Amino acid sequence: MDIPYIVEERADTGLNNVKLGIWLFLASEVMLFGALFSSYVLLRLMAVEWPFGVDVLNVPLGTFNTAVLIGSSVTMVMAYASLKMDDFGRFRMWLAATIGLSLLFMVVKGFEYNHEFDIGNFPWTSTYLAIYFTMTGLHALHIIGGVVVNTYLLFPGSKMWTTNKAQFTNRVEAAGLYWHFVDLVWIFLFPVLYLL
Amino acid sequence: MADVTTTEQAAPAADAHGHEEHAHGDHGHHDLGFWQTYVFSVDHKVIGIQYAVTGLLFLLFGFVLMMLMRWQIAYPGEPIPLIGEWLGDERAPGGIMLPEFYNQLGAMHGTIMVFLGVVPLAVGGFGNFVLPLQIGAPDMAFPKLNMASYWSFFVGGVVMFASFFVPGGAANSGWTSYAPLSVFATTGQTMWLVGMIFLITSSLLGSVNFIVTTIQLRAPGLSFMRLPFFVWAQLVTAFLLLLAFPPLEAAGVMQLMDRVAGTSFFLPSGLVYADAPWEATGGGSVLLWQHLFWFLAHPEVYVLILPALGIVGEIIANNTRKPVWGYRVLVYSVVFLGFMSFVVWAHHMFLTGMGTTMSSFFQTTTMIISIPSVVILSALFITLYGGSIRFTVPMLFALAFLPMFGIGGLTGLPLGLSAPDIHLHDTYYVIGHFHYVVAPGTLMALFGGIYYWFPKATGRKMNDFLGRVHFWGSFISINVVFMPMLIQGLAGMNRRMYDGGEQYLMNADVLWLNEVISIAAWVLGLFQLPFIYNFFRSIKHGEKVDGNPWQATTIEWQAPSPPPHGNFSAPPVAHRGPYEYSVPGAARDFLMQGEPDTAAEPAKV
Amino acid sequence: MSEDVQAHIKTYMKVGGALAVLTALTVIVSYIDFWGVPFAVFVALVIAATKGSLVVSFFMHLIEEKKMILATLVLTVFFFIVLIFLPLLGHADRHGEYYTLPNANAPTAAPAAGH
Ligand code: HEM
Ligand SMILES: [Cu+2]
Repeated sequence: MDIPYIVEERADTGLNNVKLGIWLFLASEVMLFGALFSSYVLLRLMAVEWPFGVDVLNVPLGTFNTAVLIGSSVTMVMAYASLKMDDFGRFRMWLAATIGLSLLFMVVKGFEYNHEFDIGNFPWTSTYLAIYFTMTGLHALHIIGGVVVNTYLLFPGSKMWTTNKAQFTNRVEAAGLYWHFVDLVWIFLFPVLYLL
Repeated sequence: MADVTTTEQAAPAADAHGHEEHAHGDHGHHDLGFWQTYVFSVDHKVIGIQYAVTGLLFLLFGFVLMMLMRWQIAYPGEPIPLIGEWLGDERAPGGIMLPEFYNQLGAMHGTIMVFLGVVPLAVGGFGNFVLPLQIGAPDMAFPKLNMASYWSFFVGGVVMFASFFVPGGAANSGWTSYAPLSVFATTGQTMWLVGMIFLITSSLLGSVNFIVTTIQLRAPGLSFMRLPFFVWAQLVTAFLLLLAFPPLEAAGVMQLMDRVAGTSFFLPSGLVYADAPWEATGGGSVLLWQHLFWFLAHPEVYVLILPALGIVGEIIANNTRKPVWGYRVLVYSVVFLGFMSFVVWAHHMFLTGMGTTMSSFFQTTTMIISIPSVVILSALFITLYGGSIRFTVPMLFALAFLPMFGIGGLTGLPLGLSAPDIHLHDTYYVIGHFHYVVAPGTLMALFGGIYYWFPKATGRKMNDFLGRVHFWGSFISINVVFMPMLIQGLAGMNRRMYDGGEQYLMNADVLWLNEVISIAAWVLGLFQLPFIYNFFRSIKHGEKVDGNPWQATTIEWQAPSPPPHGNFSAPPVAHRGPYEYSVPGAARDFLMQGEPDTAAEPAKV
Repeated sequence: MSEDVQAHIKTYMKVGGALAVLTALTVIVSYIDFWGVPFAVFVALVIAATKGSLVVSFFMHLIEEKKMILATLVLTVFFFIVLIFLPLLGHADRHGEYYTLPNANAPTAAPAAGH
């Protein structure tokens, strides 16, 4: 039994299953982070005092991490483009770079967390820190998820390139869409938590 | 669609009569072994049945919890007979139920019925089993994801069940888990939150799968306006789950943080608990939890009702031998209903100090959303008019559904207006109202659906006599359960009362109803026995039937019963709308969606 | 096909550059106090929204995407807006007096917030 439209596009929708599926998943993610942003706005407007992120967090490190994540989005889209150009070697290079940048992001994040703990800033210290740790923590879980998927595609999953190029390219595209979304969330988290 | 005519020859008029031999051999995947065939299966039919059976078991479990509560309400302070001894000293010393245990039972009854009973049965069970068959698909779009969805649900269920056995017992802050009570509550609440995260994950995976399947895997010729109403109902339901559940997941994570990481998302400053100031930063908002909770939980009630409406639509069309009245209107209504269900949630919060402006907004949206509900119900009623009705067992349940859902809906209107809601909020009137929707309403429809599609799943019919006993017994007793609740509530009797409201003078006149309700609830339990017996007996010993025992039109009846792996012997093609019953001039009183047009009946594409 | 991809790659690079510039911009602007917090929030959100739409349009190819997906996203964005604003309006519109109490631990939070 074969399920239709795994690779080829259905004529009337112009989509394959994976493409539609990943976008729907991202729609649900929008609502997930949406609820957190909504809570952030509400708690902040209700609060009697609310620190400026600049005063609590390390903005240069945050800026650096933003750049790292944007960079990883570029390498990810390049990995996909390489597959489109049938260049498997380059694909591996770009994907490895994406994973490397993701790990770098996590390391920097680890340092930031560590520093906060050192100076006695914990989730229970203030509502601002509570939402900071919750949102960045959830975002970090998403990064880890992305690293797992990308590592799979880099090593065991890449065997599919020899058996079914089109499907493998689709998978990389889907992983890319997810990855860009994680980047997108950070693009909003960064100013909201660090700069305002 | 483009190639309607090219594959026309393949249309399996033959299997309509069940003569088609099973197509097992064609599909390559034989001999998967026991585990992969029945346990870790990726076949949508097996997963659907797993979901349905697990859901039914949880419904039974949730019902048993309720039967225990009803003892305490009817005979407060008296030892529970027979099983009271087994409950243990921390729950019911000497067989007498503790208030704490009553609260656990109430919270878990609600949680289990909604998230582990009805949704898995209606969406996981019926959706998985019927939807791919109805659209002529070989399986769901992502079979492995489908399996993951079931097992995530299963883990969530196990966590919820296990929470009864941790110190302090299960969650006891109501199914709504309102803060700050829930933040102070015992470990069971943490398990509840973890369990919910698994259940939400399961629903998200499932809903992505349903939407992609419906949009992508429709058979050729099956345009959106030819989809059976059931498929539409499931599609809208899937969107509700997809977009409304994530905020509750976020809220669950935040409540988990409040409980284990000492944050104060939902804790205002200055809280005192057990005579001591609560150690937390404060500065949070209890209403934030309510907003996020009801952002899901209002759409959730449509998740509970829409699949039921879909099932009823199928059964009614089939048994009146008429097309459903106003198919397009039904479809537009269900879509509009789904959309509106996202903007009415704060009608659960009229008493939280929300001002008149916002109250008016939510009252207005609530009144607007009642319109499509009424339209759907009316369309289904009108369908009955002039039909030659077959009073089969599924049809009895579907017919009962209509007035029950009607009562449930109409009793909801006063709750949607803030002035009467001030009186009615948190009373047994509310309990009566929403149970009319989900119990005599949805449950009736789901039972009807089980009787209706049982032959498709097993190749055998359930016993008719036992079905009728089940129906009449349940229908009468369930009304005796819920009708008096409306009366008690109007008198002002509060819900969630451990002693059944005894300590309030104003309840004196309606207190005697407690015993009536409880006895009816136990009788209702007894009348489920014929169903349980019938269900299991019929799997092996029911009357054998062919592929289309109800002479139905939709595509699932074209497949052999039970359908083989891959479902159809030849890919189905849809040639017409879903409910072509009693078409003038046709040889039989139904034209199946997949039958090619005869010369006498020219193509209407 | 390949030229097509080549053209895309040029766009990716440009978008990557624009994102880097905008990141720098938003940080710099945040250090300058123009007209108080509301204005700063406005500017930061406009920049973030610009960056976000660049990512979505080009990296995620939304500008060339099918309308089924666009429709789903429009729906999602609508509910997102509902989710952000209705709870807020619900809080803003209340009966009677409504005071927010200070954080119970205001002293502990102060050192962090102080400088
Ligand atoms: C058919 C048999 C059922 C009976 C006799 C029954 C009875 C009750 C009663 C008496 C209560 C109120 C308890 C109290 O306030 O102390 C209650 C609460 C509730 N029931 Fe049911 N119920 C049934 C089925 C269902 C179903 C099918 C659902 C959902 C789909 C459901 C969902 C709930 C919920 C959400 C609550 C509120 C729990 C809370 O207060 O947190 N019930 N039920
Ligand atoms: Cu509601």
